Amino acid sequence: MPALIAAKKSSRPASRSGRPATELIFGDLWEFDPAPESADPKLKARYELFIDGKFVAPKGGRYFDSINPANEQKLAEIALAGPADVDAAYAAAKRAYEGVWGKMPGRERAKYLYRIARLLQDRAREFAVAETLDGGKPIKESRDFDVPMAAAHFFYHAGWADKLDYVAPGRRVAPLGVVGQVIPWNFPLLMCAWKLAPALAMGNTVVLKPAETTSISALKLAEIFQDAGLPPGVVNFVTGAGDVGAAVMNHPTPAKIAFTGSTEVGKIIMRGLAGTGKKMTMELGGKAANIVFDDAPLDQAVEGIVNGIFFNQGHVCCAGSRLLVQESVAAKVLAKLKNRICTLRVGDPMDKNTDIGAINSREQLDKIAALVAVGVKEGNEMFQPACKLPTKGFYFRPTIFSGVSMSSRVAREEIFGPVLSVLTFRTVDEAIEKANNTAYGLSAGVWTDKGSRILKMSTELKAGVVWANTYNKFDPSSPFGGFKESGFGREGGRQGLLDYCKLV
Amino acid sequence: MLARSPQAALQRLFDEVGTVDQIGIEERVAKYGTRSIKKAAKVWGLKTAVSMVDLTTLEGKDTPGKVASLCQKALQPHDPELGVPRVAAVCVYPAMVKHARKALGQDTAVRIASVATAFPSGQAPLKTRLAEVKAAVADGADEIDMVINRGAFLAGEFGEMQDEIAAVVQVCGDATLKVILEVSELETYDNIRAASFLAMRVIRPGDFIKTSTGKTSLNATLGNNQVMIEAIRDFYLDTGTAIAMKPAGGIRTAKQALTFLVAVKETLGDAWLNNRRYRFGASSLLNDLVRQLEKEKTGAYQAPYYFSEAAESY
Repeated sequence: MPALIAAKKSSRPASRSGRPATELIFGDLWEFDPAPESADPKLKARYELFIDGKFVAPKGGRYFDSINPANEQKLAEIALAGPADVDAAYAAAKRAYEGVWGKMPGRERAKYLYRIARLLQDRAREFAVAETLDGGKPIKESRDFDVPMAAAHFFYHAGWADKLDYVAPGRRVAPLGVVGQVIPWNFPLLMCAWKLAPALAMGNTVVLKPAETTSISALKLAEIFQDAGLPPGVVNFVTGAGDVGAAVMNHPTPAKIAFTGSTEVGKIIMRGLAGTGKKMTMELGGKAANIVFDDAPLDQAVEGIVNGIFFNQGHVCCAGSRLLVQESVAAKVLAKLKNRICTLRVGDPMDKNTDIGAINSREQLDKIAALVAVGVKEGNEMFQPACKLPTKGFYFRPTIFSGVSMSSRVAREEIFGPVLSVLTFRTVDEAIEKANNTAYGLSAGVWTDKGSRILKMSTELKAGVVWANTYNKFDPSSPFGGFKESGFGREGGRQGLLDYCKLV
Repeated sequence: MLARSPQAALQRLFDEVGTVDQIGIEERVAKYGTRSIKKAAKVWGLKTAVSMVDLTTLEGKDTPGKVASLCQKALQPHDPELGVPRVAAVCVYPAMVKHARKALGQDTAVRIASVATAFPSGQAPLKTRLAEVKAAVADGADEIDMVINRGAFLAGEFGEMQDEIAAVVQVCGDATLKVILEVSELETYDNIRAASFLAMRVIRPGDFIKTSTGKTSLNATLGNNQVMIEAIRDFYLDTGTAIAMKPAGGIRTAKQALTFLVAVKETLGDAWLNNRRYRFGASSLLNDLVRQLEKEKTGAYQAPYYFSEAAESY
């Protein structure tokens, strides 16, 4: 217990010379007890492929392990698909498209999508726990963001399914046919929803490959498709690593390919598809500028910076990984930022109080560590809070590099981890020039009290999304996608639907 | 001409101390409520909150008898076996200070706070307000809760507002001062931040800024509290002077109190997690804290009538 108040205070004021050290103490006076989420994720010991509405064993009979990155323990075995399985999946998708889904009236398709959304809401806690166990993200994020947002995407697109005549005014739309999709490991369930919901609403059928480290939530979603009575073959999941992804992307059946992942892999896919005439959408990497002007409300800007880079351990393609701050407030913002990250709680993702969970895989952890080592070697000033990390599992401290220059590798390359590079600027034009001086162009943030400056910045920044006085805000009705090497095509909103249809 | 207008004065002040984004700060404080406080951490938080309570009765119908029983409750909030600490202070009108002193005695760890300066409106001549403070201190008040001149603030007369606070500081002597901003009458977060700075510049280390009187429609909220503790933090990092904080009014449940303490822990840090730097101005809160402590001990909720029920009947 803290000591109760002393009897009487001595008179003041204290002399300036005897001034105490002005540091805030974020110590362990009030340490929180563990608060683990206890819902049952209802995991199976083994997950098969989901083809033609059924769970089927892979023809090659091989499986791989999916581990929990928080403690490196095995969660389940996942089927390893081979080329024959991918063929079977595409055959089922084609049958479903031609036989049922492609000619079903939109208002009927809508019923299935609504049903999927509701079933997902019903099992929200179970899905949140599964997502956190498999991917390492904090339970509060999967509970408050990933699962509700995934359901929201199904709801939103269910609403469109019977209104497709109005998607492209003056034109008629028709589905493309079978679509091949490959999604990343940072938002396994949400990316499933982003990809599947517009494709299904428009009348396409799908073969989708989840990332090999995070296949479980997609396969749990397959259980919901069964419960919802979704016709067999409308959605097919094949699991495995990059070679399975290549088989999905390069198969002759799909009319369209949708990929979310790294720019490097995106380029390989595009080379493979050149000349085939297939439609493509690519949602690739980013190195977003989060720009803070001197008139911004600084404490709220600091919150936005933290949310921008440390959300989901920085495994976010639109993460605000480059902080551009006006020189006149740079020292103040950096000091506030350092204090703020000392209060972030890093550790067990299943604890409801955890702010930063586990890095998704050892491979990713090594990549982050290597790039941070480069950042130190380049002479950037590094700050990390002195938080304790669990001994088992993949963890990385929130990291800030300050005094970074535009030529530094930590300012140019996507780190995909909880690492922020801080640069400064003096004028609006310099901010725009620096923000656009990157191969990427997925997102950007602007923090200022001046409305006209927000409008100017949002026109001149070459980024698919520009957030003003906020960051990492998403909505199913808002299109998301990149400029330059961040990709092309949009997901969400009317624009996202148009990428899954042909105009007739 | 324009540069001398109240609006220009406010604008200059905002430029100097910075502004607050309403949506941003409300998003921030919503996250405090998602912290899950369990077991030993919960017990520590509840006991700490008890030790921070300024147990308050501010009614026209207060009597020496009512104040005496309030003082008894302050000294021993519940069955001693539960190990509930004493509260920090009792808070009464100036006329009740001598009765509180009589009930508590001279040598007591529970302090006596008195609202003064024509509480809650402050609409009396300065001379009258200062005389009230002097009388309360003379009767044995350890702490004075004053109200600022909101009219002067909104009219841009910051000098007047600050001079009045400084005058109260002078007559307080050894008594701790708490400066009530009455946030609901300042309306915007920008105003609350600016008024916090104006007050902090003229009070002494260890003095408090306080949200409200409890006599208006809107009192302490997590958002108001956050604006003020961020102002305290910035002022401390800037000048080295540690100012204390007291949210008052509207904090009725233990869960609310724990959420306010989480805000303190994550904004000001460990040095403010004690009753020299943080208080709750409340009356019914104490019973809910005690009730939750009993629940932590026994695993079951007791009926409300196991505790001296409403604040009315302490």
